[in-house]
Amino acid sequence: METAKTTFKEKANKALGISPEDALISKSYLIVSFTALLLGGLLGLLQGLNRAGLLELPSWFNYYQVLTAHGILLILVFTAFFTIGYFYAVLSHCLGGLLPKVRKMAWIGFGMKIFGFVLAVIPIIMNEATVMFTFYPPMAASPIFYFGLVFIVLGVWMLAFGAFLQVANWRKNNKGQHVPILAYFATGVFVLLFFGSIPVTIEVLMIIPWALGWVETINVMLARTLFWAFGHTLVNIWYLVAVSAWYVVVPKIIGGRRFSDTLTRVVIMLLVVMNIPGGFHHQIVDPGIAESVKYLHVFMSLAIGFPSLMTAYAMFSVFEKTARKKGGTGIFSWFKKLPWGDVRFLAPMIAMIAFIPGGAGGIVQSMNQLNQVVHNTMWVVGHFHITLGTSAVLTFFGICYWLVPYISGRVLTPKMNKLGVIQTIFWTVGMIFMSGSMHWVGLLGSPRRTSYTTYSDNATALSWDPYLMFLAIGGTLLMIGVIIQVYAVFNMMFFAPKGETEFPIAKAEDDAVKTPYWTERWGMIIVVMLLLVAMGYVIPIVEFIVNAPPGSPPFKTW
Amino acid sequence: MKMHLDEKIWLILSFGLIMGFMLITGYQTFVLGMGPPSHMETIDPQKVDETAPFDNPGITQIGENEYEVVMTLAVFSFNPSNIEIPAGATVHFTLTSKDVIHGIQVAGTNINAMVTPGHIQKITQKFDKPGEYLVLCNEYCGTGHQFMATTITVK
Ligand SMILES: [Cu+2]
Repeated sequence: METAKTTFKEKANKALGISPEDALISKSYLIVSFTALLLGGLLGLLQGLNRAGLLELPSWFNYYQVLTAHGILLILVFTAFFTIGYFYAVLSHCLGGLLPKVRKMAWIGFGMKIFGFVLAVIPIIMNEATVMFTFYPPMAASPIFYFGLVFIVLGVWMLAFGAFLQVANWRKNNKGQHVPILAYFATGVFVLLFFGSIPVTIEVLMIIPWALGWVETINVMLARTLFWAFGHTLVNIWYLVAVSAWYVVVPKIIGGRRFSDTLTRVVIMLLVVMNIPGGFHHQIVDPGIAESVKYLHVFMSLAIGFPSLMTAYAMFSVFEKTARKKGGTGIFSWFKKLPWGDVRFLAPMIAMIAFIPGGAGGIVQSMNQLNQVVHNTMWVVGHFHITLGTSAVLTFFGICYWLVPYISGRVLTPKMNKLGVIQTIFWTVGMIFMSGSMHWVGLLGSPRRTSYTTYSDNATALSWDPYLMFLAIGGTLLMIGVIIQVYAVFNMMFFAPKGETEFPIAKAEDDAVKTPYWTERWGMIIVVMLLLVAMGYVIPIVEFIVNAPPGSPPFKTW
Repeated sequence: MKMHLDEKIWLILSFGLIMGFMLITGYQTFVLGMGPPSHMETIDPQKVDETAPFDNPGITQIGENEYEVVMTLAVFSFNPSNIEIPAGATVHFTLTSKDVIHGIQVAGTNINAMVTPGHIQKITQKFDKPGEYLVLCNEYCGTGHQFMATTITVK
């Protein structure tokens, strides 16, 4: 009975698209996501204008409050809600509809996350939690802020478990088969979300009794290290989401086939396995960590570059093959055969191109000596606006132009496609201005996370001002981009003409070699991941605990 | 898995590139002694003013054109401030924080280090070119963070 039901559901899904219940889950997540983008983008613009000296922020909502809210809204709400909305649609589409139990879990997780965000945002608005999204102790926010974070994490876990249940159920019913590739990506992302958020949960559980005054002092370096074990994982979660569309969706949109299925799965496994220890490179200029330990972590960070370089090869190979099939010739002129006017291709393509300087910048930051030049300068801000803000986010935007019509039972009109292309141009030009000037002014020494200042008209600081003006121009263009994008998402969700939209999943090559089954052994993959995490973290964490200095009491310095 | 020749070349190049970066970083760190600031000593962050050498922050000449600067960082200032040294001086900074996490950065040099409470941080720099160097805090430390700056004047 059970199997008959699923096969019927599978058939129904193929014929009619997503079920209304599953669509509602994804739509709700995307609505929250893009509302956060609008608010977070606006706060970003305020910051850019302030930093360029063009706008003074009121004392009741100062630069650092704006920056804290901007970070939380975009890094934790916009990206996380998008990721979940997208991958729950993936799970529903690829695995024959969500199980009723999983659907319920998705809603409970949604409620917990929203409740957590409301708890976290209230103290930010009241200026009781102006601690940035990194909330480094011994700066202590209102305990309510940390309670909010706990609920956010619990919500994420609920969604991760829902995804695992869904995949496990499919595997039980399809013994010996490979999990469909996008569901495989989803598994990797939720594994990272779950394991990556464990360190930050331990950190927050350390902070809460201290922020409440039950414990007098806190181990600052331990907290900081636990934060980055999570923080960098988040970065690669965004990347993995973007990569899923690059490997699977983009080839279909340009009318081609996927690159090797085995290689795709290996890249996913490598990104999952090597990720968590990579976070240590955020601490290259910290005291209390021996040079030899830092060197080990340089290696662990740089190793993440390897799957990225493999991805670069895979993508260009797919593009070339497809374009040549369509009659493209020459060393480079086949490029013209790609569908540049299709926003579903254009946006992720620019995102991929942006990953070339973005990835190179990441390698720079992973290495000791170069890191010391750019650490905590505007360069870093430029780096993650080109990686997260362009490579990941522009891919997310590109996904919207088929995902939103798909879950809404509507179609992408040529007019909306054109608007999407215009949006992509605004975003690209805005980012070139903003991220470019941030990189440059950072090399000259301008610090990050600092409101407008000339350091009492210091000549060096004054020489940075022209670059900061470009930052403001870029920020303004990006805000126009945000408005267009949010309009497009809501329009496609509620007003676009009704109709059917396909979920674009490219097929493997006809002569593809069969994927080996060991790629399906997630138990083994997780064991390897935990071993690498132990390799990276046991020594420094034991060091921080055994040779701990007397701890720090809480401070409120804002 | 079957692979094309260009794919193999690319994989080898990628691997070689990453190994190359590792070797360069390792050579600089362990052979040239250019490792990142990683001092291991600890201190009670609530007793900085009573603990040597931070009970007496300031600048001391310790050799021919060689100086030690013992400095405490606290919201929102560096102590000592407005340092003056002769050109060509090698300066050894010994730093700690009396409250939250700060960062010290000297624009136009490679001085860039985190200064966390409970730990002592050390960094050395030779100042060849005369001029006024801007010293600033590059880790958000509170509402007056943008005022946390001073100068090093090289004569
Ligand atoms: Cu400071």
